[in-house]
Amino acid sequence: MNLTRRDVMALGAGGAALAMLPLPAAAADQAALDAAIKKFTGGAATKDGGVKLTAPEIAENGNTVPIEVEAEGATEILVLAPNNPLPSAFTVSFGPLSGASSASTRIRLAGTQDLTAIAKMKDGSFAMAKRTVKVTIGGCGG
Amino acid sequence: MISRRDFLQAGVAASAIWGASGVGNWSRLAAQQKLSQDQLLDFDKTGNVTLIHITDIHGQLMPIYFREPQINLGVGADRGLPPHVTGADFLKLFNMKPGTPEAYALTYLDFAALAKTYGKMGGMAHAATVIKAIRADRPDALLLDGGDTWHGSYTVLKTEGQDMVNVMNALKPDAMTSHWEFTLGKDRVNEIVKSLAFPFLGANIFDSEWEEPAYPPYKMFDRGGSKIAVIGQAFPYLPIANPKWLFPGLSFGIRQDRMQAMVDEVKEKGADLVVLLSHNGFDVDRKMAAQVKGIDVILTGHTHDALPEPVMVGKTMLIASGSNGKFVTRLDLDVQDKQIKGFRHKLIPIFSDVIAPDPEVAALIEKQRAPYTKDLSEVLAHTGGTLYRRGNFNGTWDDLICNALIDQREADIAMSPGFRWGPSLIPGDAITREDLYNNTAMTYPQAYRSEMTGTQLKSIMEAVADNLFNPDPYYQQGGDMVRMGGMSYAIDVSQTAGKRISKMTLLKDGKAIEADKSYTVAGWASVNEGTKGPAIWDVVEDWFKQNPEVNLAPNKTVHVTGT
Repeated sequence: MNLTRRDVMALGAGGAALAMLPLPAAAADQAALDAAIKKFTGGAATKDGGVKLTAPEIAENGNTVPIEVEAEGATEILVLAPNNPLPSAFTVSFGPLSGASSASTRIRLAGTQDLTAIAKMKDGSFAMAKRTVKVTIGGCGG
Repeated sequence: MISRRDFLQAGVAASAIWGASGVGNWSRLAAQQKLSQDQLLDFDKTGNVTLIHITDIHGQLMPIYFREPQINLGVGADRGLPPHVTGADFLKLFNMKPGTPEAYALTYLDFAALAKTYGKMGGMAHAATVIKAIRADRPDALLLDGGDTWHGSYTVLKTEGQDMVNVMNALKPDAMTSHWEFTLGKDRVNEIVKSLAFPFLGANIFDSEWEEPAYPPYKMFDRGGSKIAVIGQAFPYLPIANPKWLFPGLSFGIRQDRMQAMVDEVKEKGADLVVLLSHNGFDVDRKMAAQVKGIDVILTGHTHDALPEPVMVGKTMLIASGSNGKFVTRLDLDVQDKQIKGFRHKLIPIFSDVIAPDPEVAALIEKQRAPYTKDLSEVLAHTGGTLYRRGNFNGTWDDLICNALIDQREADIAMSPGFRWGPSLIPGDAITREDLYNNTAMTYPQAYRSEMTGTQLKSIMEAVADNLFNPDPYYQQGGDMVRMGGMSYAIDVSQTAGKRISKMTLLKDGKAIEADKSYTVAGWASVNEGTKGPAIWDVVEDWFKQNPEVNLAPNKTVHVTGT
């Protein structure tokens, strides 16, 4: 298993007094996102299902969010954080000797966004999954 | 035998067919002037298993008033469903009449007047009488504590939770789960947990470094010839809604896959009945009941809802037992062939003037309070109106706190967190130090004062609003909206994140809040480490010296749409 992880720079969080207040994430750069997806898929269509993306609904710490991707029969999985300054979070490749096509790591998120995982299958098809991860301040628990 | 297809999906009207539920016939009893302890405890024992549920006591050892919310909006799939039904709609839904004991206990209607008629509720010595009576009827009943127990009073603060631990130990719970407990600090929690004779459960509490379970996820019990699995679920968003520096190295979260794995595991171990002792909050539990297969009963907590009947989600029964010691739920189940064949449910109201306190527990409570009697009883002011906290947008206790913050800290705007704990007072009541602490006691009470731009203020308000009104309950945190003093605003709860708040206006000059302008903001209970300022109770005590007679103007500063 060859895990490459790109360090993602996030904008500094605004230090409001109530809590660490993330800056409102800039809208995803759709062109950059599309380009990153196209580079990975070569323009092929993606289908829903077949890849599982696990992440907390609300991040406990936006600077280090645990995530896990799993896609049986995948040779490669790309994880995108569309609202990060650099949307490609990491790509993980699975060789013939990989026990299972799954990987877990921690990534930094610049704000609330829909994490996206795209798996490249052995047959050359692509599967996609999305998961909203909220990066927020405390809601004053009951 | 009644088959499962007879479960009513509508949720609240399950009683007629295969079980019995509700608050009994308090109305008739009250009309006959016969509301008595025996009648409150009256219960036709059913089946082979009894669960006793109490939750969100928030340190309230003594009887209190607690006004239920007037505004408690549900969004998305939860819109208009219990517990998001209040006041007259609540009475209509559950076929109750205004002015009755149940109307007093379960709604805000005529609260001050009915409080004078029916008196205070709760008190752990009174709850003890009920619990002991249930155990006399069913000796192997399980007593399950949903958490938020070691928090919320002067004596909890001074004893670091020991007063509640001692009193709860006398009641002999079989398991508990948690939330505010962790604000005592992780070391203190672990010290207490070591001393407990029962498990402190949390299937969703993990070591954040290694992602390994930090506390036991469940416990199996043999009761009434059945194997009962009790799975615990702590409040999922502790490190976000409360200061994570108080419990470093712990991670929580909803962890739905983990919950399914635990349910599957206890079933493999032969569980006949799967009970989730939850601090998720009602709407999160409603979603979890639909998503996780195989939970029979969810004992809900965190959002402080009191419902006189179970809510059914498919085959899962959701129980809501209120807060602050006002209620104890008794749930009798007929468990056969790994199924619930019948039930009887009663949300038992703890009317403290009707139910005699248990002498042993009353003496124990007295012992916990004795060293602090003088401090607790000191009268700081009097109130001309009802002081309460619950409600999505504001409550008079927080109006008072915001006024104190603005005056004492010379601020333009004040913010008070949307907590759901804190008992009420009725017009004419003395406000004692105990009452003040009941609404403020915590381990991070610093009242900060800082400069914020209009943009920052809006960001905070939008973030908190999304924690309350995100249409997906898994993205909610179960608190109410941050209370804003010195400012009015409009909120459209049907909008998406970042688009709900508008018309922010500074009350002092009637001018619109400007995005780039800086405002002086005072608040308290920041989750940030190192927050500076006096404790909120000291700020309010100083304010009482100038305001010994509290008469608050009605709060009309929040304009709500999209409901």
